[in-house]
Amino acid sequence: MLQDKPAETAQGQGEGASPLLVLRDVGKSFSNGVAALRAVNLTIREGDFLSLLGPSGCGKSTALRLIAGLSTPTTGVIDWRGTGLKGSADIGFVFQEPTLLPWASVFDNIWLPLRLRGVSRAKASPVIREMIERVRLTGFEEAMPRELSGGMKMRVSIARGLVTKPRLLLMDEPFAALDEITRFRLNNDLLELWQDERFTVVFVTHSVFESVFLSNRIVVMAARPGRVFREIAVDAPYPRDEVFRTSSAYAALCREASGVLGEAITLGGSVHGDH
Amino acid sequence: MAITEPKAVPLDPEEARRLRAIRAERVGRWILPVAIMLLAVWFWDRICVWNEIPRYILPRPGEVLETLYTDAGLLFGSLLTTLRITFLGLLLAVLGGVGLAVLFAQSKWVEMSFFPFAVILQVTPIVAVFPLINIYVDNQTAKLLLCAWIVAFFPILSNTTLGLNSVDRNLVDLFRLNGATRWQELWHLRLPAAMPYFLGGLKIAGGLSLIGAVVAEFVAGSSGQSSGLASRIIEAGYRLNAPRLFAALILISFTGIVIFLMMTLISHLVLRRWHESALKQDR
Repeated sequence: MLQDKPAETAQGQGEGASPLLVLRDVGKSFSNGVAALRAVNLTIREGDFLSLLGPSGCGKSTALRLIAGLSTPTTGVIDWRGTGLKGSADIGFVFQEPTLLPWASVFDNIWLPLRLRGVSRAKASPVIREMIERVRLTGFEEAMPRELSGGMKMRVSIARGLVTKPRLLLMDEPFAALDEITRFRLNNDLLELWQDERFTVVFVTHSVFESVFLSNRIVVMAARPGRVFREIAVDAPYPRDEVFRTSSAYAALCREASGVLGEAITLGGSVHGDH
Repeated sequence: MAITEPKAVPLDPEEARRLRAIRAERVGRWILPVAIMLLAVWFWDRICVWNEIPRYILPRPGEVLETLYTDAGLLFGSLLTTLRITFLGLLLAVLGGVGLAVLFAQSKWVEMSFFPFAVILQVTPIVAVFPLINIYVDNQTAKLLLCAWIVAFFPILSNTTLGLNSVDRNLVDLFRLNGATRWQELWHLRLPAAMPYFLGGLKIAGGLSLIGAVVAEFVAGSSGQSSGLASRIIEAGYRLNAPRLFAALILISFTGIVIFLMMTLISHLVLRRWHESALKQDR
């Protein structure tokens, strides 16, 4: 699996990749009567960078929480496909806020998931240092969260999500609160990490540009009730960089995704939308 | 300290005014209260002299200071007794308050069931409860301790409970995702998160514990055997020994100030690396 592929081969793409998990008819209703999700069918393949794109209220964060096991579906099943992936143990999660322990240093924050698994500081140290280097925070090991900028905090959060070497990384609008320059930089670095480590990503966002830049699959969702509206395959090869960001192919893909998102929003606006 | 602001940049009038205001405030913060205090003491002295007030009604400040020196053995011995009750009471309040708060944090049901008891203990004036304690508890020290504890434990309990419950929801999710046990969640997440709240409670409890110790001794004083500062005050009152009364009073309030400063220092030392309250304001 880890054989050297030529760079132009987009990883995770093609029907050859094995499914990592399958959402089958998954629905979620809350006790207050809100149907957050209805009949979601979705297959996440090994190595995918899959974006859930949609207006607020379309249930994309709910879907993420269901996958993480932080919440249980009202209907349907989340099938791990016998991948040996045992629920939360193999999942990294990155929240919209950096959500760091304010009283712990960068190093200790990244240590946390391992610490909770009983790994000592000394034993975890090489992995933590490697992660710190990967997210370009070398030299900031002992810094406290309040001394970091928003982008750096998010880097810590990503490192913490990846320190357990999860096979699935769930990200809930992680860069929404960052300025554009920082966001671009983090997008690039995240893609690089993804290509090197070959984990699977489910990325929730409401930014068309971000989803097109990052993902090989975009699942556009509609609201009221939250559901999958349409899937867009992003065929552009990886690695993607600043050249891709300014290319006409990127612009065309953004236009397409925007169009689909627009349709989804119009649909969600009406009381009774069907496909 | 004596870092002078860079002079290279010419300041516009607004910035110059701001800078002057900051400097004035820095000096004024210390000079003003000290000056006013000295003035008040001087005025106190003058009132005694102008009105020829006898020393058993209102002693001159000098006389009080003198008494503080001549009666030092007696007064500081009593202070030690009061301090012992105060700090033991505070220690028990911390143990009891934090312990109960941790218990409350384990289950909403426990909190709902038992919090009212804590409130009842808090709102009933200790002076009114003391006769009962007097009947049920024989040991003098235990009596006083119980009083100090009842008065001091509530702010710690309520603050720590609030702190343990005001944890970032996402962090709780993160802990759950990583399979944290209840104990891990308490130790690595809830207790550190509650620290600023707890320390706020501790600051209040420190003062209250002193008040509890002194009040308890006052009420118990009539029954005799105590030897803390409060009984010195009662005694001095009976004997119209106003200078000693004032000296004891000064010692008590000075102790209160020292306790407050101690708690503030502890709070600063614990929180300075990460909490907003301990950060220097730049603007």
